[in-house]
Amino acid sequence: MLNILKIAVRNLARFGRRTLLTSSLITLGIVSVLLFVAITGSFKAMMIGQITDSMLGHMQVHRRGYVASIESLPLNLNMPPQLVAKVKEALDANPGIAAYAPRVKFGAMFSNFTETTSVRVNGIDPEAEVKVTPLLPARQQDGARGGPLVKRGEMLVPALVARGLQVKAGDTVVLVATNKDGSVNGKTFVIRGTLESATGPGGRDGYIHIDDARELLRMAQPEVSEIAVSVKDPGRVERVYAAINAVLAEVKNKEGRPALEVHPWQRLTPFANIANMIDILTLAIKVMLVSIVLVAVMNVMVMAVYERIREIGTISAIGTPPRRILALFLSEGLLLGVVGTLIGVAISLGAIYALNLSKITFSFGQQQGLLLAPAIGAYDVITIAAMVIGVAVIASLQPAWKASRMDPVIALSHV
Amino acid sequence: MTLIRAEQLIKTYRAGEVDVLAVRGVDFTIEARSFVVFVGPSGSGKTTLLNMIGCLDHPTSGKLAVIDTDVSTLDRRAAAEFRGKHIGFVFQDFNLIPVLTVYENIEYPLIMVQDWPEKKRREQIMRLLAAVGMSGQENKRPDQISGGQKQRVAVARALATNAKLVLADEPTANLDHDTAYHIIELMKKMRDEFGTTFVFSTHDPKIMGEAEVTFTLEDGRINQHQNSGKAVAAHA
Repeated sequence: MLNILKIAVRNLARFGRRTLLTSSLITLGIVSVLLFVAITGSFKAMMIGQITDSMLGHMQVHRRGYVASIESLPLNLNMPPQLVAKVKEALDANPGIAAYAPRVKFGAMFSNFTETTSVRVNGIDPEAEVKVTPLLPARQQDGARGGPLVKRGEMLVPALVARGLQVKAGDTVVLVATNKDGSVNGKTFVIRGTLESATGPGGRDGYIHIDDARELLRMAQPEVSEIAVSVKDPGRVERVYAAINAVLAEVKNKEGRPALEVHPWQRLTPFANIANMIDILTLAIKVMLVSIVLVAVMNVMVMAVYERIREIGTISAIGTPPRRILALFLSEGLLLGVVGTLIGVAISLGAIYALNLSKITFSFGQQQGLLLAPAIGAYDVITIAAMVIGVAVIASLQPAWKASRMDPVIALSHV
Repeated sequence: MTLIRAEQLIKTYRAGEVDVLAVRGVDFTIEARSFVVFVGPSGSGKTTLLNMIGCLDHPTSGKLAVIDTDVSTLDRRAAAEFRGKHIGFVFQDFNLIPVLTVYENIEYPLIMVQDWPEKKRREQIMRLLAAVGMSGQENKRPDQISGGQKQRVAVARALATNAKLVLADEPTANLDHDTAYHIIELMKKMRDEFGTTFVFSTHDPKIMGEAEVTFTLEDGRINQHQNSGKAVAAHA
């Protein structure tokens, strides 16, 4: 086989310009795909990270029907303590779970004593919340920092609301909310700071302490609207979700139907569609790469066979078995793919390194100055390289087969 | 010992709408270690006959036995195997592989056809290079040597696998007279040295006299057979 490869290398060198052109096409394709995957992958990971680590968590547990009505933040679909206990038990038992945080979500009127506006509020357990959404503290733009995210009697106000009502850290405001029985209650809060808006659901919510929320809503028992969950390995969200979902599906309501519902982040935000779009675009560009390689290699191999008909006749006449002629031409296609791929991978990795050194920033939604940090995993590099090399061999198959089946008499008389 | 036996060998080709009778029922035998030439004008059937003997083509009818094997029924793979094992070829245009050196061209059938170990390959190639007078030229490419030298390399390649039979279709057609004469002399020498049977075709009257056995072909028939004495061929 080594000898066949050696002869294949020389045959490729014989048509140096054509080999260079074809390899360059493959290289260009590889560079395009790897850079696209690295940049969009970085963008996607950053986007998902922003959404999950500053708002949503990797998944959420609600009482059945809550998510369908989430726009109205229904207080009558909060989880009672016994249901919360069952959720906590299931989460504690799963080794894939990193942390979870209970939230009480409600809509309220926000007043600076002269003007009023509506606001969505999350009552949170500050310690637990920071473990699930570690990027949340970074969204605080002003006011007191350090210590718990929010203390009792304090509120983190969305920047847009603060700007609209012209309030700032240290000001006193009032939240007025209606509880599930329809009675109205109000409570004053000191603004701890303003929160930078984030793109996605919950990106413009205010935050207070969960005990304040329960007090404001006059809850008779410590109910929870949702439990946000973070997993240890974000790449395994779907797997952990499936396991938790299976366990919690056994928790039934009075009608004998599942009392709870679990949603991974993808089902809670429309940005999952963007992530899917990126995946589809990546697939499309991979298909384009396959087409480029297929056409380029097939073209060059068809030409190689056509130009070497007499040579094929000679090697066939002296007794070279058809399978070795096949192997010779397949080797040429393989080498074209390997050379183009290796050069392409080297250039791509160099370009990714250079892009990281140049520290390019960009904006996403209302967030600015995000750092572009393209990265590509060994898995992606190996699969794309293997795909290209495989396609190069497949593209050589027909010309190689034709060469191996050539009638030596006809081939030798070819002019 | 009879190496090749042909009985009522017929070959027809389909050329467009017309059947062309290229070989019209020839009978001959060729003995081992003989030096045989098929002569005749273009279209007389020389190449067709050599192709059939070399298992590159099948007869339409008749019997053809080469080295005790009925080659008229060999399939594609068996024919390739038979050629690789027993037959060497020398072509009019030399047909050396341009990307390989002289050494590698001779080595080619030992790798691609017969899988010889490297040490044995080297010994065989150096012996053949010396035999054909090409020692010291082994690292040259075909485009760096003359036509006569190319044909010497082609002869060495044909003998590389210790073929019992070497077929040469017009091996001197692209050479000047002196070079052609030397190639024929070389082939004779190889016959003597290696015991190989050489069968070649030519229409050069100056060359055909060098053969020990001559079959003259005309319109697909053998109409004359000459044996110069040393010859060990018989025309039925």
